[in-house]
Amino acid sequence: MRFLLVEDSPDLARSVRDLLALDGHGVDWAATLAEAEDCLAAAAYDLILLDIMLPDGDGRRFLQARRRAGNDTPVIVMTARAAVSDRVDVLDSGADDYITKPFDVAELEARVRAVLRRRGGAAQTVRSYADLSFNPLTATVTIQGEARDLRNRELRLFEILLNAPDRIFSKDQLCDRLFSYAETVSDNAIEVYVGRLRKKLAGSAARIETVRGLGYRLTCE
Amino acid sequence: MNRTGGSLRARLVLQLVAVAAVLAVMLYFTVRSTADRAAEATQDAILGAATTSIAEQLRAGEVGVEVDLAYATFSMLGAMGQESLFYRIDIAGKTVTGYDDMPLPATVPISLAPVFFTSAYLGSELRIAAVARSIVIGKTLVPVLVMVGQTRQGQAAIADRLANRAALLGLGFFVLAVPLSLLSAGSVFNPINRLAEAVRRRGPRDLRPVRDPTPRELAPLVAALNGFVARLRGALSQTETFIAEAAHHIRTPLSTVRTQGEIALRQSTDEATRTRLRAMIRGVEESARSASQLLDHAMVLYRSDQLEREAVDLSQIARNVARAFAPTAELKEVVLVVKGDEGPMLVQGDPLLIESALRNLVDNAIKYSAEETAVALTLSQAEGMVTLTVQDQGRGLSGAGLAELSRRFTRGGNVADVVGSGLGLTIVTEVAAALGGRFVLTEPEQGGTCASLSLPQA
Amino acid sequence: MRQLILAASLILHTALHACIAAAFEVEDSRVFGAGSGPEISVLSTTDTDFVAPLIAAFLLERPELRLRYVVASSQEVYRAIHDEGAAFDLVISSAMDLQMKLANDGFAAGYASGAVAGLPDWARWQDRLFGFALEPVVLLASRRAMAGLEMPRTRRDLIDLLRADPGRFNGKIATYDPHVSGAGYLFATQDARQTDAFWRLAEVMGRLNARLYCCSGDMIDDLAAGRVALAYNVVGSYAMTRLPQAPDIEVIEPEDFTLALLRTAFIPVVAKQPDLGGALLDFMLGVRGRALIDGVAGLPPMDKAALKPHLRPIRLDPGLLVYLDRIKRQNFLAEWDAAMVQP
Repeated sequence: MRFLLVEDSPDLARSVRDLLALDGHGVDWAATLAEAEDCLAAAAYDLILLDIMLPDGDGRRFLQARRRAGNDTPVIVMTARAAVSDRVDVLDSGADDYITKPFDVAELEARVRAVLRRRGGAAQTVRSYADLSFNPLTATVTIQGEARDLRNRELRLFEILLNAPDRIFSKDQLCDRLFSYAETVSDNAIEVYVGRLRKKLAGSAARIETVRGLGYRLTCE
Repeated sequence: MNRTGGSLRARLVLQLVAVAAVLAVMLYFTVRSTADRAAEATQDAILGAATTSIAEQLRAGEVGVEVDLAYATFSMLGAMGQESLFYRIDIAGKTVTGYDDMPLPATVPISLAPVFFTSAYLGSELRIAAVARSIVIGKTLVPVLVMVGQTRQGQAAIADRLANRAALLGLGFFVLAVPLSLLSAGSVFNPINRLAEAVRRRGPRDLRPVRDPTPRELAPLVAALNGFVARLRGALSQTETFIAEAAHHIRTPLSTVRTQGEIALRQSTDEATRTRLRAMIRGVEESARSASQLLDHAMVLYRSDQLEREAVDLSQIARNVARAFAPTAELKEVVLVVKGDEGPMLVQGDPLLIESALRNLVDNAIKYSAEETAVALTLSQAEGMVTLTVQDQGRGLSGAGLAELSRRFTRGGNVADVVGSGLGLTIVTEVAAALGGRFVLTEPEQGGTCASLSLPQA
Repeated sequence: MRQLILAASLILHTALHACIAAAFEVEDSRVFGAGSGPEISVLSTTDTDFVAPLIAAFLLERPELRLRYVVASSQEVYRAIHDEGAAFDLVISSAMDLQMKLANDGFAAGYASGAVAGLPDWARWQDRLFGFALEPVVLLASRRAMAGLEMPRTRRDLIDLLRADPGRFNGKIATYDPHVSGAGYLFATQDARQTDAFWRLAEVMGRLNARLYCCSGDMIDDLAAGRVALAYNVVGSYAMTRLPQAPDIEVIEPEDFTLALLRTAFIPVVAKQPDLGGALLDFMLGVRGRALIDGVAGLPPMDKAALKPHLRPIRLDPGLLVYLDRIKRQNFLAEWDAAMVQP
């Protein structure tokens, strides 16, 4: 997916961009509202991540202006403010959702998915691998025409593996991606979810392979 | 030392009374001098007329001049205040009758128009009118001078009497001025009292400028008051802005650190590094949450002080909070449901405080819930209270009471593995107290924790 | 040197004393009381006998005092005060005009007391001159001489009476000579002021060769003796005291008007003991004093309630000064003479 990140702190912007890139997303960065206008004029984005406090103005004003102009690219506001009034303001201005800094990439992705799902999604989000196609928005895997619903963690696990087929992910790596750092999860939790995902993928040419002592990878015959 | 600055009313009354006293004294002197002059003018007119009348009745007779003093004239002149009377008639410079040692005027009058002067005679002050004319005796024209003098003891007595009356009048005026001053001072201060009442009746968050009609003289005071209100409003909004700014300035760098940590974690394969990175991210998470809750807590305290109550739909807030937390719950495959009657459930309170409390309750519930469980928000209404129950299927409280848990920075004994600041329940408890509600934390038999926030119905 | 001054002052003192003593003509002088205290001096026109009971009563109340009572004619009283500055404590006179002039010219001292404050305003002038007895000026008739005729009730009646029977009244009418008598001059001028009938009466009396007298007493004597039939303008009190011995005399108060003379008193500014003069005045105006003046002295006291409608008190006011004017006096007497002396 292609994001436009409007954020004035270069450090944060760079790291968010890098992090999203790791998951295979394309991110353009605009440090000001003016730069954002330029980017939006030049390219189409699936979603805009918008900070509120920007050096050349208030993100909410920018958002209102865009909505009035009939531009309906989904927007998630990244806010450092927690007050209700601010949140209400943000939604009233036309944002689809907001996320409070600092955020978990997993949470951001979950919200992005939720927003896009609500908006009916974009066709190109459907991805194919071997004999299956995968729609992360609807969380369905279609194998030879048969649709199977993935549950949240199964979906995220599948996404991680699908973003780098054939790459081996250690249990730790998967654990870090799948669970919040706020919680402690036992190693066999990963084995449980891998087992569930394998069942969902049964009958497909794609499969999750256990590389003994190293971890898991997605391959196909 | 007395620093009250004294009473305006006393000052005003004192000044009014002083003015009345000055007016009374002025009245006395004015009446006195006017009465004196008026009495003198009247008596002079009569004296002059009498003198002229005597002069006019002088006739040249066979032997000399016939003088006919009118009894009535003298009787009347004397009757006015019972004055002593003296007269002198000179013909050709020789006194023919009357008091020949009576003092003459400084300048000899030349016509029948009387000349008045005052002179001492026989031990009294005499007011004398002098009239001159000429008569023909034989064949010569001779000058005649007629003078009538009068003491003015009666006039002085009349003036004294009038002055006494004026003094009484002045005194009466002064005595009357005192209660009138008190009354008028009262009426002057009415607008001030009204203004004070209008300001006192205002709500705690009513920082509109004062627009009540006030007398022109109070305009500077009202302007100053409005200036002060504006500054206060500015300072308060600065406090709110400060909280928001502080949040921004703390969270943005934390976000950077967290994101960088996550990237590093993804890219590193060294187990020791990964462990350290995990600890770092966890630390950031904890700081962010603590900062967030500290700011929330500050906000709760600040708004409790400035409490403003309005009718708030608790059901609406619960749904909004549930929706906001849905993606977070989803990540843990925790189902978040709102149960209870559709339609508004109005409570008395400050929407920001209520939302803050709800967020903390829901956040706690999700945080302490196990994977693939449910958190239920239930709304109910009873005995003038609206109650929101947040029920999870988590680990429970392990016996810790609410009193203990709602203490600041105190956490349960069974939550060391979960990030938390220990301020969440403190905030909820304080909100409940500020809004006149109740907060109860229980462990139901089927397990988990049940948090109930009750607020007075609107 | 000192002896010289002493001698000089002695000579001066004696000279002054002699001068005062000799200056005005004293008719009678008597000292009442034997008190060791101060001596009040009173100068009066009223005969000593009249006032002796009054003085005795006063001294009974103030036994420590003595009282020297000096009688003189009204002209002499005036001269004593005006020209000589005689230092009496109280001056009493029936010559209202002269008393008025003395007061007007500043010879009377101010005096205030409850008794003088009670006087009607026509009976006092300022706080200096006070009336203490009111005496009607009356017409006396001899019943014998008037036999068969109705008594006149007014001046008009009198004029008609005289005109109707000139034979009976020729040379039989008595009245004051205003040239000689101060009281007569006062009554004549006041009559002239009150009514035009006075000059007609004067003409009638002149035509009937009226006899002119100096004093009320002489007129009464002649009336009692039958030498005259009518006496016009006699001071009533003198007549009253004589009535018991003269039953033939009828006292007539003319109904058109009857003048009333005020006996007046004042305290001279030069009085040595003005407070004692005042004490005597207060006594005279008091209840007891009034009773004695009426009953013993035979002088009607000041009494507002006793004022009859035809009684016309001569007011104490500066109008009285007018007829004292020398030119006015000359003119008046000239007119009087013209009326009295018929060609």
